[in-house]
Amino acid sequence: MGGTVDLTVEFTGGLEMLFSDQRKHKISIPAEESKGQPATVAFLIQWLCDNLMKDPRKEMFVLDDSVRPGILVLINDADWELEGEDKYEVQAGDNIVFVSTLHGG
Amino acid sequence: MAFTSITDQITLLRSQIAATESQLSKLRAQLSAAESRVETARHLEQAYQGGFPAEWIGETLSALTSEDLHGFPGYAAATPGGAGSPDDIARSIRHETGRAEKEFVAAPEPVRSRWPLSGEEYRRYGRQMIMKEVGLHGQLRLKQAKVLVVGCGGLGCPAAAYLAGAGVGTIGLMDGDTVEASNLHRQIAHSTSRVGLSKVESAYEYLRELNPLPNYERHPFHLSPSTALEVFSAYDMVLDCTDHPTSRYLISDTCVLAGKTLVSASALKTEGQLIVLNNPPKAPGDPTGGPCYRCVFPKPPPADSVLSCGEGGILGPVVGVMGVLQALEAIKLLTSPSNPSINGNGLDPFDQQASPRTSMLLFSAYSSPQFRTIRMRARHASCAACSSVATITPQQLTDGSLDYAAFCGLTTPINLLSPQTRITAAEFARLPRDGSNVLIDVRDETQYAMCALRGSINVPWPGSGQKWVEAAVQKGALPVDGAGRELFVVCRYGNDSQLAVKAIQDAVDGGPSGTSVNVRDIRGGFRAWREEVDGEWPEY
Ligand SMILES: [Zn+2]
Repeated sequence: MGGTVDLTVEFTGGLEMLFSDQRKHKISIPAEESKGQPATVAFLIQWLCDNLMKDPRKEMFVLDDSVRPGILVLINDADWELEGEDKYEVQAGDNIVFVSTLHGG
Repeated sequence: MAFTSITDQITLLRSQIAATESQLSKLRAQLSAAESRVETARHLEQAYQGGFPAEWIGETLSALTSEDLHGFPGYAAATPGGAGSPDDIARSIRHETGRAEKEFVAAPEPVRSRWPLSGEEYRRYGRQMIMKEVGLHGQLRLKQAKVLVVGCGGLGCPAAAYLAGAGVGTIGLMDGDTVEASNLHRQIAHSTSRVGLSKVESAYEYLRELNPLPNYERHPFHLSPSTALEVFSAYDMVLDCTDHPTSRYLISDTCVLAGKTLVSASALKTEGQLIVLNNPPKAPGDPTGGPCYRCVFPKPPPADSVLSCGEGGILGPVVGVMGVLQALEAIKLLTSPSNPSINGNGLDPFDQQASPRTSMLLFSAYSSPQFRTIRMRARHASCAACSSVATITPQQLTDGSLDYAAFCGLTTPINLLSPQTRITAAEFARLPRDGSNVLIDVRDETQYAMCALRGSINVPWPGSGQKWVEAAVQKGALPVDGAGRELFVVCRYGNDSQLAVKAIQDAVDGGPSGTSVNVRDIRGGFRAWREEVDGEWPEY
């Protein structure tokens, strides 16, 4: 269809450094992947890497085709595992948060 | 002779006067005690005549005998030979009020058997005990509880302080570090006078002063896989207040194997995270148990993505909030009648509730809202620690075959450059200051503003060589033709400076042939500068 989906993405736990030092971004992504499938979180992650991330250190965000270990993905305040992980199809208005775990104490 | 006898007489008179005065003061004290007793007796008599229930008189007398009479004016002076023990005084009050012993329904007994807690404990914990969330039963549960605090730093100090204040009966303190001045802005149990002391000893001194009633167990060493199970088995609950993934996996694995609930928190810069793991602490393979750290983070983060508080910075109240929240979650769990992790005291039957849903609390001091709670997964069906296909066993843990440092990756000081492209701080200090060399400082703007060498150019290291070279060229720090002046690069510890030198070398190699650039990094950065050249350089 060629439409777009409006989402809010947030980066915390230090990940915001990779995204122009800005925590909250309002974005519009294609509603469909190249193969015509509805856009999933996996597609969103790739889209963020290609379009929103200005920092060249891609390995700090993605590793082996998914978010790197130590990053939690939250879909509307729930761990993404509760929502189908990267196969979750994004909906307009979704709030998707990427949290890097902290270790300091 | 006569003179001597007069002085003797004076001495004798003096001692007689002193003895008489002492006796007089004793008599006064006895009089005052007797008057007070008569007064007390009169009040009791009036109360009794006025309908004061007999049971209350018993309790009132008991309270008098155990507490108030110790502070009774003249009590100590009026009781030679122990004739005025609290029981004796109570007996004499009964005599004075004309009440025979049998008329008192509850005969005065030592406090310990009359009340489950001491008078001191009622006074100290009363403000939390009068809340229905705690109550007497909750307080007794706290008193029975044994909680281990692993790490006595920014999280452990406030967490242990609130646990001690609340009257947790046994508090274990574990840490292998010593107190440093850079700890004091956030590690509230330590103090300036205790810099250099073991953190466990320092925290123990603070906590004992705060509340001498709990039993404090000191473990002044770092947690190791070989001893972790043995140490944890002596406790009901564990608080992870450490600062590295290595210890976080080890603590979680040990909690799963030992069946302990784990209250885990972390903080960095302006943010914190809190999660209660292995709650309830069911056996590995039982899907109704709470998830463990490995369920949430099956793979450790790459070592170079892990920032410590020393590297990334930490705001004191941020880590303080997280430590206080750990104590709060621990108190909630320990006082809960349905908490299966604490052996019941027989006062309440366990009420079998559904397993609590695990959630994680995120705190971000500069965001709005500051707090957000996220729903977390249950136990992972293939978790290496807590699932039915778990591979981590007590034997493995104890015999040291699990290498946590290797699992999480080791960060060793990097050594990228050949010796020819490095210079010591002392050597750099002897170079002429005639404009023939350029010093590039790659620390971030905030640190550069704290202290910098005059004439240096600040080009912060952004994590990528290409971006840095572009920025350096833009700021005029790099000669466009590559010839001429010598370049030196410095940072805080001497790691980023090597990366920057490497980036310049790569850029030159990839550029037009024949160009060369003379660039070196200062070994050990400003830490070395302070040690070798300028002792007054701020240490931070
Ligand atoms: Zn697990």
